[in-house]
Amino acid sequence: MDLRINQQTYQVDADADTPLLWVLRDDLGLTGTKYGCGLAQCGACSVLVDGNVLRSCVTPVAAVAGREITTIEAVEADEVGKRMVDAWVKHQVAQCGYCQSGQVMAATALLKHNPRPNDGEIEAAMVNLCRCGTYNAIRTAVHDVANNGGAA
Amino acid sequence: MNSENLPLGAPVNLSRRRFLLASAGAAVGALVLGCGLPLGISRVEAANGAATPTIQVPALLEIRPDGRVRLLCSFMEGGQGIFTAMAQIVGEELDVDPASFLVEAAPAGPPFVVMDNGMRITGGSMSVRTSYPTMRKLGALARAMLLQAASERLQVPVGELTTEPGKVIHASSGRSIGYGELAERAMDLPVPDAERVQLRDPSQFRWIGKPVQRVDAYDKSTGKAIYSIDIKVDGMLHAAVQHAPRLGMTVGSVRNEDQVKAMKGVHSVHRLPGAMAVVAERWWHAKRAAEALQVDWLEAGSDSKVRAMPADFSSDAHRERLAGETGPGREAEKEGDFASAWNNATTKVEATYHNQYLNHAQLEPPSATARFNADGSLEVWLPNQAPDMFRADIAKRTGLDPQRITLHSPLLGGFFGRHFLYDSANPYPQAIELAKAVGRPVKLIWSREEEFVRDVLRPMAVVKFRAALDKDGLPVALEAVSATEGPSEALAGKQAEKVDPTAIEGLAGKAYAIANRRIAQNYVKGPMMLGYWRSVGNSLNDFFYEAFLDELADQGKHDPFELRLKLLRDNPRLTTLLKAVGDLSGGWKRGPYIAEDGTRRARGVAMASPFGSEAAVIAEVSIENGKVKVHDIWQAIDPGSIVNPAIIDAQVNGAVALGLSQALVEEAVFIDGKPRARNYDLYPILPAASMARVHVKIIESGAKMGGIGEPPLPATAPAVANAVAHLTGQRIRSMPLSRYTFS
Repeated sequence: MDLRINQQTYQVDADADTPLLWVLRDDLGLTGTKYGCGLAQCGACSVLVDGNVLRSCVTPVAAVAGREITTIEAVEADEVGKRMVDAWVKHQVAQCGYCQSGQVMAATALLKHNPRPNDGEIEAAMVNLCRCGTYNAIRTAVHDVANNGGAA
Repeated sequence: MNSENLPLGAPVNLSRRRFLLASAGAAVGALVLGCGLPLGISRVEAANGAATPTIQVPALLEIRPDGRVRLLCSFMEGGQGIFTAMAQIVGEELDVDPASFLVEAAPAGPPFVVMDNGMRITGGSMSVRTSYPTMRKLGALARAMLLQAASERLQVPVGELTTEPGKVIHASSGRSIGYGELAERAMDLPVPDAERVQLRDPSQFRWIGKPVQRVDAYDKSTGKAIYSIDIKVDGMLHAAVQHAPRLGMTVGSVRNEDQVKAMKGVHSVHRLPGAMAVVAERWWHAKRAAEALQVDWLEAGSDSKVRAMPADFSSDAHRERLAGETGPGREAEKEGDFASAWNNATTKVEATYHNQYLNHAQLEPPSATARFNADGSLEVWLPNQAPDMFRADIAKRTGLDPQRITLHSPLLGGFFGRHFLYDSANPYPQAIELAKAVGRPVKLIWSREEEFVRDVLRPMAVVKFRAALDKDGLPVALEAVSATEGPSEALAGKQAEKVDPTAIEGLAGKAYAIANRRIAQNYVKGPMMLGYWRSVGNSLNDFFYEAFLDELADQGKHDPFELRLKLLRDNPRLTTLLKAVGDLSGGWKRGPYIAEDGTRRARGVAMASPFGSEAAVIAEVSIENGKVKVHDIWQAIDPGSIVNPAIIDAQVNGAVALGLSQALVEEAVFIDGKPRARNYDLYPILPAASMARVHVKIIESGAKMGGIGEPPLPATAPAVANAVAHLTGQRIRSMPLSRYTFS
């Protein structure tokens, strides 16, 4: 099947029910998207599909054939994504970093749909788990992009 | 091929090179120079033969022609910011901006033992405090070597030369030379005497003590950072396992092995100790096939080499067993005469506390990649907190000479104590066995479910307190007897000569002036595999002690903040600390009071002295829909002196998150010998919505440098518990609070 990922078309030979996550990681070598739970519990595997955040560990690859998939590897090609990455660096969000691909993707999706989210909207959207406890830094970075465009 | 034949200045695949050099029979560490810096074999041999440990500058540092500095770091980066701290410390003395550093985990080997205790581990919040002088000297020695090389090049005395970041300056002639140009000659010079090298005056520090940006922030924000789970090597197969439901059980019959072998993508099916494994071209195929295996597991034999988990074990029943221990225990700390003070007291307070088992639940599931090379040498990529210990273990398991084993230590996707050497809890023995069996490299990933069934847990304890108050309501005697098994005892399988410090730290070592004290342990060996969890014994014991201290305050009719000040009146460092957290919170007020949003709130205070640092916490809580809501955490922390205040702020946030998580929601429950939770669905960890605002005050008292990764954790849970107890009138004597009902 054909997959549209980060503005490129990939020919993929995978079972229809293989989770998108494992096609990205093992077939295409896009390891920036992480495996954490396999149950859509933690969000480390978050990617964008047609601009919506989606947990790739429970998404059958066949379900996203022909749709526009964006992974962390291309997040900076997106104008909102670029500002989000800048804010992540500016606010030194990452600790171990393992969940942060998913966090950046979730934050990018939120701001693309809602450029000025309030506290409640941020809390409702930013539900990925972080064991290092970077939640406050994440909130600060998202607020910064929402309020100031993330400019330093 | 030897190091002298390596092309100068060309990028070199170091892992490949390490293997080549290692296979030539030479010590690995001393040869890891990177491109452009050949080192004569004779000097390597001299270094290896040296009787006294020296700082092997060329083994640790590589200065590239472009002036970038590659540091092989003795410590593993798992979020605590150690790569950045090391770049700051070395860069300060070397005179190179930390932003110009490339930091990587060093391989196993003697040159990388830089801790003052002669160990090499990443744990115990020890990295900076045990290596700070050595790492400063490393930078200073390298700078001295660069100055010497410049002196030769410019034909001027060393004394006429100075440095600016990345270059040597000869002021009188206006000449300067970049470090990159000097590196090749400099690193071939003899390493000067480390005891006589000039160190920078701390008042002139530009990077140490400053909120320097992390060296890994960008890579970790863009998916570029590489963890063990991301490793890919040529020709690699993927593997998944199905573990026995209880540790110690072994594979009996497999009912559908032929069908599973025929599943799509399956390469082979393997029987391992306590597990079945499937090797496939894709991990997803391996996992599906491993899950599909129908295995009849056999009970552990009496000769089982692992700690066997019986079918009738439950965590709640184990807590009852611990609570049934009534003996006086083995003493770990004794001051004055507790028995007399207790017998003569008019006011006596007794209470029993307990805690829960915990998983590490780091976000990156464990994995290991193993490759046997054509010459029989072995390379392993794996998460670890102690490379030399892991290499020695691999040598023992495989019979290979350690020199023939190369360990690669990628970034850790969280650790919190998870990646020490735990028999049966690490995937690398399986990966090595599978790679050997299939004759190809194998990457084994434990699914989250297979991780949760083999993770080692934070221990459980039941602590019985007795205390006596004087006529003024002040505690004059305190006894704590903990029924527990410490993680070090669990790993050894027995008690040591002395009480396991990791079992009683946080009960022992408290700073309060209580004249008669007795801290003891009743050792109760259980079937659970136990391990180190961020802040170890302090994670439970400071909760018990500090919550009980609030009980004493209430019984003695003292405000808990004022009582602590009284008990610390002769301790200026902790008096300052406690007052600082009070000020940080806007002045101590216990409540209850009504906040601006109409909620009824109260505050609690707690302190801890973990890992060489001192911490004081105030928590503000309310009850929302029957559940505890923590609004704010104020924490004052005194690690003596510091390297990076921004990273400390982040570590306090992280430790507070884990402290809140264990206080509020986390619990590893075992029923019928099996964990109730195999994933985050039944093992909740603190979500973003439950995170408190965190306010940090760093105090540099100038005392001996302490740790920072773990110390901000222990006082968090008791501060919350004390606030909740005061708000609700309900004593909190156990974690997690999700087991309580609040109205």
